[in-house]
Amino acid sequence: MDFSDTPEEAAFRKDARKWLDANATPRDGSEKLQDAFMANTPEEVTASQAWQKRKADGGWAGITWPREHGGRGGNEMQQIIWNQEEGNFKVPPNIFVVSSGLVAPTLIAHGTEAQKTEILPTLLSGKGVWCQLFSEPSAGSDLAGIRTRARRNGDDWVINGQKIWTSGAHYSGYGILLVRTDPDVPKHKGLTMFIVKMDSPGIEARRIKQISGHSSFNEVFLDDLRIPDSDRLGPLNQGWRVAMTTLTNERYTLAIGRSVGGMRAEELIPLAASVSLNGCPAIEDNQVRAKIAEFASRQRGMEFTSYRIMTALSRDKEPMIEGSIGKLLLGKLRQEMAGFALELTGGAAGIGDSPTDQTGLWRGDYLTAPGNRISGGSDEIQRNIIAERILGMPPEVRLDKDIAFSDLK
Amino acid sequence: MNFDFSDDQEEIRHAVARLLDGHTSFEKSHEMLDESAGFDRDLWAKMAEGGWLAVTIPEDYGGAGMGAVELAVLAQEIGRTLAPIPFGAAQYLAIPALVAYGNADQKSALLPNLATGQKIITVALAEGAGFAPGDVSAKVVGGKISGVKSPVSDADVADVAIVAAQDETGASGLYVVDLKAKGASVEPLDAMDPTRPQSRITLNDVAADQLVGADGSAINRLIDGAAVLVAFEQLGVAAHALDISTKYALERTAFGRPIGGFQALKHRMADMFAKIELARSNAFFGAWALAEDDERLPEAAACARLTALDACQFACEESIQIHGGIGYTWVANPHLFLRRGWHLKAMLGPSTIWSERLLGALKTPETLTKKAG
Ligand SMILES: Cc1cc2nc3c(=O)[nH]c(=O)nc-3n(C[C@H](O)[C@H](O)[C@H](O)COP(=O)(O)OP(=O)(O)OC[C@H]3O[C@@H](n4cnc5c(N)ncnc54)[C@H](O)[C@@H]3O)c2cc1C
Repeated sequence: MDFSDTPEEAAFRKDARKWLDANATPRDGSEKLQDAFMANTPEEVTASQAWQKRKADGGWAGITWPREHGGRGGNEMQQIIWNQEEGNFKVPPNIFVVSSGLVAPTLIAHGTEAQKTEILPTLLSGKGVWCQLFSEPSAGSDLAGIRTRARRNGDDWVINGQKIWTSGAHYSGYGILLVRTDPDVPKHKGLTMFIVKMDSPGIEARRIKQISGHSSFNEVFLDDLRIPDSDRLGPLNQGWRVAMTTLTNERYTLAIGRSVGGMRAEELIPLAASVSLNGCPAIEDNQVRAKIAEFASRQRGMEFTSYRIMTALSRDKEPMIEGSIGKLLLGKLRQEMAGFALELTGGAAGIGDSPTDQTGLWRGDYLTAPGNRISGGSDEIQRNIIAERILGMPPEVRLDKDIAFSDLK
Repeated sequence: MNFDFSDDQEEIRHAVARLLDGHTSFEKSHEMLDESAGFDRDLWAKMAEGGWLAVTIPEDYGGAGMGAVELAVLAQEIGRTLAPIPFGAAQYLAIPALVAYGNADQKSALLPNLATGQKIITVALAEGAGFAPGDVSAKVVGGKISGVKSPVSDADVADVAIVAAQDETGASGLYVVDLKAKGASVEPLDAMDPTRPQSRITLNDVAADQLVGADGSAINRLIDGAAVLVAFEQLGVAAHALDISTKYALERTAFGRPIGGFQALKHRMADMFAKIELARSNAFFGAWALAEDDERLPEAAACARLTALDACQFACEESIQIHGGIGYTWVANPHLFLRRGWHLKAMLGPSTIWSERLLGALKTPETLTKKAG
């Protein structure tokens, strides 16, 4: 354990800062992203792609990726250092979280050599933005219950069905798509993963508006979509195993990313100093002080949990515990903290002048946090994972596990 | 003793529920949300016609002359149906203030027109942070008021406001102010619940007609009374948020069974229910204390407020969670409740204010005072 930089790490940090200084503007607190992983406007998409390209050209995209796939061949500690340093600069939202956090590890684990050589470099350069076409209207937590059906037709597969909640589908060029290829076996056993070009005939994405008023996810309709068998990702009917790689990575990718994005506990201090509570500056109130301290300690804990995830990864271990803990704690923390900030505005309780003033920003966080508690495996699903797979508690009684999908009601 | 609504009050509830159910719906709430419209004039007219805007207005001034418990019954239904009308500030604060402290001229100028819905009134207490009468900086000099009030519900459609301000000697009081008068301006704010618009009002030397006798302690009493009535509205919101959650949890299946069968959700809904019922008990006591003008009103009001705030926020936030992805969408209903819950929190302020009021109201047992002394 060592929370300070080694001489090599210090040198890396210096290089990173030097490059960032030359290529970006430091953050001054005036600019806040509502969602660090989602573009809300076409301008943000363009800016995000341009920033990714710039990082790739400078050798800072894919820090931990092997050199043969265009990466820097560095280690996880360097990635942490990079994230810390980049976090001090005004940068566009990172719309490549699905691409590099979810798709890349899935490709590396299950893709053919041809798929890896073709796709991985485009992930780094920012050319290929990817989305994750897993959830369906009737299958979210119970992902293995998906109904989208693929039927073999010569060298192709013909696919019909509907996906939903697909983040970024409207600006993605590609997707990984989980479908049912065999309905006559139990539900986990008849699934297959594909790679799909989002501009193929037969795909239509429609935006869905969130409670925050933004719209970053979509319904995606698949109507006689044709995919060549060469775009299958992993073995036939082994899609569940492939999806597990994606989902495990999603948990800790979210845990890592969210621990640095969004509003920070420190920002409650100036807010509390600027408003009055029961006749005094709120920051002098012991209840308020205790609450801010509690949020700060939880937020620090999340951040250090994300470093433990990186450490586990650097040792080639799956950060099972840290990933689920991080994912479980982040949404609720964000929701409570933003709710508290809105309460600090006292009689105004969340009413401000505009969506971009301090109140508006916290409100944006408050209305985004519920999504963090649902996406990437809901809080309840994380608790099941922790209790069953880490603490060894007996699993929930499952009536549907050994019955052929087509026989389920 | 009797800790529930009477049969007559239940009848009132049925009648007003019928009217509100006929004129509100989730579709309509969504339309109003999309348009950021906070005033359903059609419903307003129907409420006026039914006499529901005049429940506590004395019969002499065109009202029904009923009490606080009857108004509480209404408040709960308004909350349940998320009715987008300028009801709360007028009914829970302005009318009680006028009835208690208005002189004959002030009453006859306003109450009959409020009873018919022809005039709309609101109340401007807050100046950002607190709800303590001592917190105001708006000032009345020579019968003219100047100051800035925010947030003020319904100011966009109101004709008149009752405004808290200090007089030349620094004493707090309430003043009737014409919002259409020269020197009064109303700007919209960015509200959590766009179906209940909020504004900032700026007053520059506007004629202010004092409600004589509405001093600091009177204002505190009015705020306590309003807290009880708002608690009923919060209960309506929270119970309906729970209701849509239990319905959804029975319909939605995952892993081959209704999601309501998972203890994680089952227990969450039981917690929602327990919090709501706890708040209801406090609200009942508050309604009784308000109607009877009992000296325990400050304690009862703060308890009702604190537990209703908690129940309402918990129910609304967890309702989204129980609905999963669909609950996070704009077109779904859970966030309608969440937004209204925050509107009701902004009316009268959050728990940080009310925990202080409760501590101020709690009587320290004599034995402890003695020991401490
Ligand atoms: C912001 C956001 C972005 C998303 N992005 C994507 C994306 O890019 N790609 C994609 O494929 N999907 C995406 N999703 C979908 C997400 O994975 C699902 O919403 C999530 O898995 C929950 O599924 P559901 O919405 O069907 O809810 P349900 O599964 O119907 O859940 C409803 C409720 O039941 C609870 N529940 C379910 N099963 C259990 C159980 N066994 N025990 C206890 N409680 C249970 C849930 O926790 C939840 O509270 C996104 C969702 C959100 C909110």
